[in-house]
Amino acid sequence: MQSTDFGNPIHVESLVRQIHAKSTRPLTLMEVCGGQTHAILRYGIDQLLPPHLRIVHGPGCPVCVTPAETIDRAIEIASVPGVIFCTFGDMLRVPGSQSHSNANDLMHAKSQGADVRVIQSPLEALRIARAESQNAAPGSMKRQVVLFAIGFETTAPATAMAIRQAKELQLDSFSALVCHVLVPPALDAIFADVDHGIDGLLAAGHVCTIAGDHPYHRLADQFNLPIAITGFEPVDLLRGILNLVEQLEAKPTSHRVDNLYEHIASAEGNLQAQRTVETVFAICDQHWRGMGSIPQSGLKLQPQFASFDASSRFPQGKLPGEQPSCCRAADVLRGKIRPIECPAFGTLCNPNHPLGAPMVSAEGACAAYFLYQALAPLNISERTPSKRTPSKRTPSELTQSESLNPKDDLAP
Amino acid sequence: MCLAIPGQILSIDSTGTLRMGRVDFGGVIQEVCLEYTPEIAVGDYAIVHVGFAIARLDVIRAKEILETIAQIPTE
Ligand code: SF4
Repeated sequence: MQSTDFGNPIHVESLVRQIHAKSTRPLTLMEVCGGQTHAILRYGIDQLLPPHLRIVHGPGCPVCVTPAETIDRAIEIASVPGVIFCTFGDMLRVPGSQSHSNANDLMHAKSQGADVRVIQSPLEALRIARAESQNAAPGSMKRQVVLFAIGFETTAPATAMAIRQAKELQLDSFSALVCHVLVPPALDAIFADVDHGIDGLLAAGHVCTIAGDHPYHRLADQFNLPIAITGFEPVDLLRGILNLVEQLEAKPTSHRVDNLYEHIASAEGNLQAQRTVETVFAICDQHWRGMGSIPQSGLKLQPQFASFDASSRFPQGKLPGEQPSCCRAADVLRGKIRPIECPAFGTLCNPNHPLGAPMVSAEGACAAYFLYQALAPLNISERTPSKRTPSKRTPSELTQSESLNPKDDLAP
Repeated sequence: MCLAIPGQILSIDSTGTLRMGRVDFGGVIQEVCLEYTPEIAVGDYAIVHVGFAIARLDVIRAKEILETIAQIPTE
């Protein structure tokens, strides 16, 4: 079983043809997963659709919604002498709020001497903490290891396991700066706006793999919203889009939650992971960058794990508030505009000089548009920006020779 | 950081504090925590995210999905 089967051009062509046959009217569909954003742009899936089908991108990138104040705090803690600050690589260049200061992202802090290390898993941070405490000379100070714990429902179980282990091992040199966020409350905030303009939702399969599909049933009922749970390969995405078109073209329209990720995600989700998350974390209100405070949308440590909270372990100085900027990330994250409709896109704001977080992370919508705008759809061999066909392509323009090989993107 | 990717379980080690496995991602072998997938066995495909297997990929179901698509007439 190769993941690449889900990128097979013959299947892609078949699904695209069905979407064209069934879609008769303008629809706006939202996805909320950075991996899906990236895949849609990379494979030019948006360009294979009928012109009246519009895909917008919700707050699907946890890197992009991490508040500037939390980045400031991360920089502050990373800069404490002796601290080893462990983070996913995507966070290194996300700007904090001090737009004119000399260390406004973790990369900069690192260049000024902070020991910032890129990790692939929270367990790596735990491993570093164990090694440091074993290697510390008797009587000498152990180095503090801090995990920058960000991510959606999918990532929280990994953080929870690392913290639970740290407690079992009594690793007092380990702590976490926690900024986990939950997707359904953010969707509530988007759909509570009567002018949201979204007809159907592609729900992120891996979030449901952990959390199950029940939060989506409530959303579908409350907002009359058809929802397709799906993955992030071309066949996954097109099956999701076809499902939403079918639900919305039916008379009367339906608003079911259909799980098209059923080979991976079960209805109840991953119960072991849910249990560990509930043991370690409690739900709290959370600030989202570009979206403001959203009730019950974040995670904080339970009282019995509070000693592993880096934000109380390290003293906090005065942090500046977020500076006003022309960045329209708030509108991008709510699906009101697509990144190319932001006046700063590609001019004032680009990956070398990002004005907002969605231009930084590879999974941010603005960065994905910038990177793949110039690519022809499905022409995966051509990675360097060149001539992405401006007009929509018909399925017959797809040939089998156009290889779809998402595998290289999947290397860990 | 959001991707969850499939890999095949090569071996499982339950002797440490955490159940770990060696997983093959198309030739790249990595150590992965299997605590959240107690049902997973050697030879299975796991969906892996930030060093943790979060689900077992049902290969038969995945093949069925692709076969259903392949059977759609291409008029
Ligand atoms: S293009 Fe840049 S300035 Fe515009 S919304 Fe995206 S990140 Fe903000």
